[in-house]
Amino acid sequence: MKKNRVVLVLVALLLISLPVFAGGSQEEAVAETENSAFKVAFVYIGIPGDLGWTFEHDRGRLAAVKALGDKIETAYVENVPEGPDATRVIRQFAQKGFNMIFTTSFGYMDPTLEVAAEYPDVVFEHCSGYKTSDNTANYFGRIYQSRYLSGMVAGSATKSNVIGYVGAFPIPEVVRGINAFTIGVLKTNPKAVVKVVWTNTWYDPVKEREAAVALLDSGADVIAQHQDTTEPQKAAQERGLYSIGYHSDMAGFVGDSVLVSAMWEFGPFYTERIEAAMNGSWKSQSYWGGLADGIVKLSDFSPLVSEDVKKLVLAEKKKIESGSWDVFNGPVMNQSGKTVIAAGSVPADGDLLGMSYFVKGVVGTVNQ
Amino acid sequence: MILLISSIIAITLKAGTSLVFATIGEIFTEKSGILNLGIEGIMLMSAVIAFTVSYYTGNLSAAILSAMLTGGVLSLIHAFLSITMQAQQVVSGLSITLFGTGMASFLGQTLGPETNSGYLTGLSAARLQTLTIPGLSRLPLIGPVFNQDPLTYIVLLLIPVSWFFMYKTKHGLNLRAVGENPQTADAMGINVPRIRYLYTIVGGMLAGIGGAHLSLSYTPGWTDNITGGRGWIVIALVIFSLWNPSRAIWGALLFGGINAVQFRLQASGADISSTLLNMLPYLVTIAVLVIITVWEDRKRTTGSPAALGTPYQREEK
Repeated sequence: MKKNRVVLVLVALLLISLPVFAGGSQEEAVAETENSAFKVAFVYIGIPGDLGWTFEHDRGRLAAVKALGDKIETAYVENVPEGPDATRVIRQFAQKGFNMIFTTSFGYMDPTLEVAAEYPDVVFEHCSGYKTSDNTANYFGRIYQSRYLSGMVAGSATKSNVIGYVGAFPIPEVVRGINAFTIGVLKTNPKAVVKVVWTNTWYDPVKEREAAVALLDSGADVIAQHQDTTEPQKAAQERGLYSIGYHSDMAGFVGDSVLVSAMWEFGPFYTERIEAAMNGSWKSQSYWGGLADGIVKLSDFSPLVSEDVKKLVLAEKKKIESGSWDVFNGPVMNQSGKTVIAAGSVPADGDLLGMSYFVKGVVGTVNQ
Repeated sequence: MILLISSIIAITLKAGTSLVFATIGEIFTEKSGILNLGIEGIMLMSAVIAFTVSYYTGNLSAAILSAMLTGGVLSLIHAFLSITMQAQQVVSGLSITLFGTGMASFLGQTLGPETNSGYLTGLSAARLQTLTIPGLSRLPLIGPVFNQDPLTYIVLLLIPVSWFFMYKTKHGLNLRAVGENPQTADAMGINVPRIRYLYTIVGGMLAGIGGAHLSLSYTPGWTDNITGGRGWIVIALVIFSLWNPSRAIWGALLFGGINAVQFRLQASGADISSTLLNMLPYLVTIAVLVIITVWEDRKRTTGSPAALGTPYQREEK
């Protein structure tokens, strides 16, 4: 009996950690046809119905299908955990004769390269990583540019001068977004601060809502976020307050209280890369496109945003698109007021990709 | 300070409601000797069904009832496998969870209207409204306790009621007897399989209400994996509360409360490692589990049913 009890305890402990592995079923949607269409596969970390990250990649896939029609045939596998499972899924696609494979999560980087080495005739595109090979390119977007613009809207909307930001993980990608957002906030409202709360989740509706509620309780009246759910936006809406969307145009799912969204637009990029692979002009590259390239963009404004603010934001957008200025051009000061990027200097991409400090105006800590 | 504490109480109760429903349900099930590890799957399935019914009919009672039905049916499968077929309860429960997780995700992408490409995500439907109790809700500090949705009030009543039922009534005695020593219970004329079926289904139905609370009130709407592993926390909470419904509330409040507290600490600008804070509920659970195991070795009075997880066969008498 005693042994039984110990086993039970161990099982319970194990199970607490299990949700990580039991992240749902993998569903494969492959259209099996025997024609000569160019076959393109996508590997997703979530489900297309998440209204966030995977939703955007799938929107991109559908845009490519629309643009290229019968010439291509696409398939995807959803809910693929990072690690050995990813290798298996990617290899299966290569084995089945797919010509091009997009892998859309950071943790797919090594699995992608591993399979790419085995199948030199297949081309691979990995999103958000930093490694490449002869037949593996990587791609990502300068979403921080959209973040900056959305921060300007947030800064002009706050009355309490406190903006809440529900952070995912304290990694450079998220930190860079928070910093760009804050620089935007200060542009329109130098008195405002951006409070950051970390959830250490990419996708946990309950936790993300709780974090937003805590921020609202502490005086924030505009909420921004970096996860894949719309819960923070909904929590703000329930209090009659505003929010800023991320990933997709969240106004469509939440309402006009989402003033504007920093969003992805993978469609044109996917179409272009697939076409290049089809006609043989595809080359491996490290792509980090911005507003000018169209891989990131700003959604339409909510009717609640005033014309003056819109004008101001669109003028800044033009400036960024023209290449004459970018968000992190100096001077940039860190939280303690020390200049980290000197006035007039333009930081290298490498510095941006490794950003691990908060800028002035952020309340919170980067715990490493 | 008082405002801060009362806002923590408010969110904690709200966060704990689904956990307490499912924990009490699982206590009933385990007290009869059946271990149901399918809670996570049951809660997810109930959450998606409750939201779907609420979306298409706008009727919240129907939504909650259908969630209970979903929980009942799924736990009936578990009951059949583990009682009639005498299957491994761990395996059967896990398969319910794996099935429920995948199925709920699938339904969430198919039950939605054509206009939303079949997705349920992003839709809004009727939700449980806050029911303010006049007078009491204005009390300082504990006011928020009386400013909750109906299911939270029900769960606050359910705690003493289920404790009374379990420890002070004949039905409760029968239930405990079956979980402690089914042979003796059988000899006393108690129908062991019937009791086990009954409380496994009751447990599933309560977990179903827990799932419904998530999609109808706490995080209204459907998002994939809305439980975020809360079904597993429930399994730990049962042990945490030493199989006693009256203690279920503390574990649930700990888990609901610790998030509320740690997010507020962060929002106040306190320089505390968020990773550490996020770990805290789990660390506490592990500590409690270890203490219980040690304590049990010495005194054997933890309330854990002796026949938990063991199938009962008459021939074994």
